[in-house]
Amino acid sequence: MGKIFFYAVLALVVVSGLIFAPEHAGLAIHPMDQFVVQPLFGDGHIAWYTPTNATLWMGLAILATVALMVMGSSRRSIVPGRAQSVAELAYGFVYKMVEDVAGKDAVKFFPYIMTLFMFIVMANVLGLLPTSFATTSHIAVTAVLALLVFVTVTVVGFVKNGAAFLGLFWVSSAPLPLRPILALIEVISYFVRPVSHSIRLAGNIMAGHAVLKVFAGFAAIAVVSPLSVVAITAMYGLEVLVAFIQAYVFTILTCVYLKDALHPSH
Amino acid sequence: MEGDIAQMGQFIGAGLAAIGSGAAAIGVGHVAGNFLAGALRNPSAAAGQTATLFIGIAFAEALGIFSFLVALLLMFAV
Repeated sequence: MGKIFFYAVLALVVVSGLIFAPEHAGLAIHPMDQFVVQPLFGDGHIAWYTPTNATLWMGLAILATVALMVMGSSRRSIVPGRAQSVAELAYGFVYKMVEDVAGKDAVKFFPYIMTLFMFIVMANVLGLLPTSFATTSHIAVTAVLALLVFVTVTVVGFVKNGAAFLGLFWVSSAPLPLRPILALIEVISYFVRPVSHSIRLAGNIMAGHAVLKVFAGFAAIAVVSPLSVVAITAMYGLEVLVAFIQAYVFTILTCVYLKDALHPSH
Repeated sequence: MEGDIAQMGQFIGAGLAAIGSGAAAIGVGHVAGNFLAGALRNPSAAAGQTATLFIGIAFAEALGIFSFLVALLLMFAV
């Protein structure tokens, strides 16, 4: 049952990569063409309800997450199979991260953080497939994720600590004359958090994909073509690493912000 | 003619913004190098600090990404 679901999702990914490929998926394309959001059917203008390639690949990221976790937890054998080991590794990895970085009392936010991690890692990895669309390369997508984290952390901070949450901005270990200046800096850095949080992920993914396409453009020139193919292969390996590390960084920063909200004292 | 000079300014600005990527590379290298130096001194304490390492790298790298973003905006959005 779980296996059938897994293969169905795999087939769906392959088929949608083949059918809904960008129109100019040939040689000599502009490096930024791959980030164009276009409707799946026809080419009208895009309203909020139009299914686009971004919708498709975000949906596939969710389906892939569900497939991994459902298949991993369906049989629960003592000697785990492949899917079960990966699912258990992912679960244990994120659980340990939440516990270590944000503290024991942050464990009740574990489902949210796990969801964030799995979605981002799946969207990053699916975005690396040829002819697919990297949803996390758009600031619109990552900004929503980061804003949600920001709002959650702020609300949790005020609900948990009341006005004492403002102590986060009042550095009590600093000399008194310095404190107002530090408070100003702390407030600014607090409100810049969602910006840097979202741009870090989107910028990394976008830069990596653009670099891949730039090297792909060099592959059309016969003299440098072998070098460029080697460079693409190396960059692709690096991008697989970056896809994982950026998901890790996004979640670990969420944990750090959560720790600030739960224990605001400096 | 005016458009040409404006475009030249965009390209020069984008190239200048790319210096920021190199600066971020120095920062990331500094973080990773110091982590390695500390980890070789006391390997048993290194495993617990990898999360801190990645947070440090992420903060150092974010500013490089910002400069990359400025370059992209100059090239395609202005």
